[in-house]
Amino acid sequence: MIEIENVRKSFGTLEVLKGINLSIEKGEVLCLIGGSGSGKSTLLQCINGLQSIQGGNIIVDGTNVHARDTNLNTLRQKLGIVFQQYNAFPHLTALENVALAPRVVKKQSRRDALDLAREHLDYVGLGSKADMKPSGLSGGQQQRLAIARALAMKPAYMLFDEVTSALDPELVGEVLDTLRKLKESGMTMIVVTHDVAFARESGDRVAFFDQGVICELGPARQVINDPKEERTRQFLQRVLH
Amino acid sequence: MQFQLPYSGLQWSDLPYVLLGVWNTLILTLAAATFGTLIGVVIGWLRQDVPVARVVLAPYVDVTRSVPLIIQFILVNSSFALAGIPLEPLWVGVIVLSLYMGVLTSELVRAGLGAVRFQLKWASRSLGMSYWQELRYVSAPLALRTFFPGWIGTVIALTKDTALVSVVGYVELLRASQVLINRTNEALLVLAGTGLFYFAICYPISLYSRRLERTFQHD
Amino acid sequence: MFNYTFYWSIVWEKFPELLQGARITLEVTILSMIFGTALALPLSLWRRAREGVGHAFATGWVELARNTPALFQVYMVYFGLGSLHIHLPSYFAMVAALTFNNAGYLAETFRGGLNSVPPQQLSAARSLGMSAFSAYAYVVFPQVFQVVFFPYVNQLNWALLNSSLGMIIGLRELTGATQAAQSESFRTFEFFIVAACIYYVMAKAIETLAQLASWRLFGR
Ligand SMILES: Nc1ncnc2c1ncn2[C@@H]1O[C@H](COP(=O)(O)OP(=O)(O)OP(=O)(O)O)[C@@H](O)[C@H]1O
Ligand SMILES: [Mg+2]
Repeated sequence: MIEIENVRKSFGTLEVLKGINLSIEKGEVLCLIGGSGSGKSTLLQCINGLQSIQGGNIIVDGTNVHARDTNLNTLRQKLGIVFQQYNAFPHLTALENVALAPRVVKKQSRRDALDLAREHLDYVGLGSKADMKPSGLSGGQQQRLAIARALAMKPAYMLFDEVTSALDPELVGEVLDTLRKLKESGMTMIVVTHDVAFARESGDRVAFFDQGVICELGPARQVINDPKEERTRQFLQRVLH
Repeated sequence: MQFQLPYSGLQWSDLPYVLLGVWNTLILTLAAATFGTLIGVVIGWLRQDVPVARVVLAPYVDVTRSVPLIIQFILVNSSFALAGIPLEPLWVGVIVLSLYMGVLTSELVRAGLGAVRFQLKWASRSLGMSYWQELRYVSAPLALRTFFPGWIGTVIALTKDTALVSVVGYVELLRASQVLINRTNEALLVLAGTGLFYFAICYPISLYSRRLERTFQHD
Repeated sequence: MFNYTFYWSIVWEKFPELLQGARITLEVTILSMIFGTALALPLSLWRRAREGVGHAFATGWVELARNTPALFQVYMVYFGLGSLHIHLPSYFAMVAALTFNNAGYLAETFRGGLNSVPPQQLSAARSLGMSAFSAYAYVVFPQVFQVVFFPYVNQLNWALLNSSLGMIIGLRELTGATQAAQSESFRTFEFFIVAACIYYVMAKAIETLAQLASWRLFGR
């Protein structure tokens, strides 16, 4: 379970998160929607300990992410994250991209790591691209590679930050299919998305972010079909029409 | 053997002296390139990733780059002499050129590490890699691709700069050839040979480095 | 160092000589940059032409200048020409050798600058009805200028440092003047420390002026 309690985050004088409260249960898919600059990416980065916070707590399975004595390297193995930009390691093949962390972080043997990597490439449908360098892959394939790479660490939670926004429209489907497949397997996920239809179909709950606060939180269908808050309504009108 | 070029004072017996010069040029280059690269990798990484080091190392970097090498040789030479431990010219050369090569190398290391997108570092760290694991398996290999062609260029510059160590009495190739010139009055001939030697070392390496640069750019 | 006392006053006595040397250093540097630039322009254009005598000539020049020691180039002009009975005073020999060196490096810098402007820029300008001359003057050249500005300043700094080779052929530029000034007292260390400081100040001044100019010209 991920518990987010009254989290505040500033960049210099700009307060980006102004007291966020959220909790994510095991097996749940939580979608975050909201306007540009509202702080969604920042929140994911804070959950992963990639950004420090100025107030509040983030607790993952009982471990406080931002406590001094927390070993982030161990904790992060539980938290897979996929970013908006393609972040495949350009000097490694697809297979090596996936096998790297199991080898160096989990100290698996080369053989085991490569077997594991092959399994995960197959899972995201990239089995035939194992020996390609990222420069030879399409955007959608690179994002699926990033998902496989994160999954190979056997995380308990997956965080997705607008993984389809940089993609050409015809490549979006293959990535969303992977997310759906992952949901079916029971993975706990936090998905930042601009794709309201996806949030409605695949999200259990949806949180609407506005200027650093959660403006509305509820069951996916309710928030999107029948928002209670005026600002949520306005936002949805803008993105749906 | 008393072979003589027509109208020339050059003799076969001059050859060992020239070869000594060649040898001295080569070992100085090799030593300074090795130490300089080691120094450069460490301080380049420090300057890129440790803000304090950037400030602390700034004077070293600055001075090394804005004072002529000749003066650096003379100063190192005379400060060791003043301290009562006179240094062989070879070591004066090794010290100054290693520190100099260190600065040039560190710039390349910095540029290489700086060119790695921070998102790639995040991606690595988010997989649970430590700072060092990320450096070892992601940043360093990526930095190496931009580093290497530039580094080769620096080694060429170093090879040429060894010629300056003659001011503190090191008999490298150019100094050896000057002695020959004084004796034989065959300046043009001797110099042409000397120039050819440097050119024969530096030119192929620089061609190679340019080709590398192109292949890395396309990759 | 243990029983050595530094003795600076003798350096101050000779300080005017060092400053005179610094003046010659600057003269040699600036002259060699001016001539070097003038030669580098045609050289870079010949280098861009893929073949012909001009290309071969320019390539030979550039590769020789870049792949042999600057000191070798100085020797070549001073001693090498000497054996052809062309005896240049060390001042002119130094200007000539540095000009050769600068031209070689600058030709490559300029070539890189020209290559960095996409050819479409020229055709776009021409399609707006500009003459070839104005297209180069108002569209191509300003872009090249911005690209080559800092490499050019770098070369200027190189030339400044390289001019210290004058000492070896007896020119009384800053290094040579320092060498001469210390020869009576053998206070080598003190004299050359001061010379090093003067070089440092000159190099920093060039760097600062260049930075100011760049802010002014390109806003960065
Ligand atoms: N490293 C940073 N330094 C300073 N400001 C930052 C930094 N990262 C983000 N910000 C600012 O924080 C605010 C929130 O950014 P964030 O990326 O979290 O928004 P977002 O909700 O993900 O928006 P988008 O939908 O555009 O991705 C923005 O105003 C952004 O400019
Ligand atoms: Mg974002």
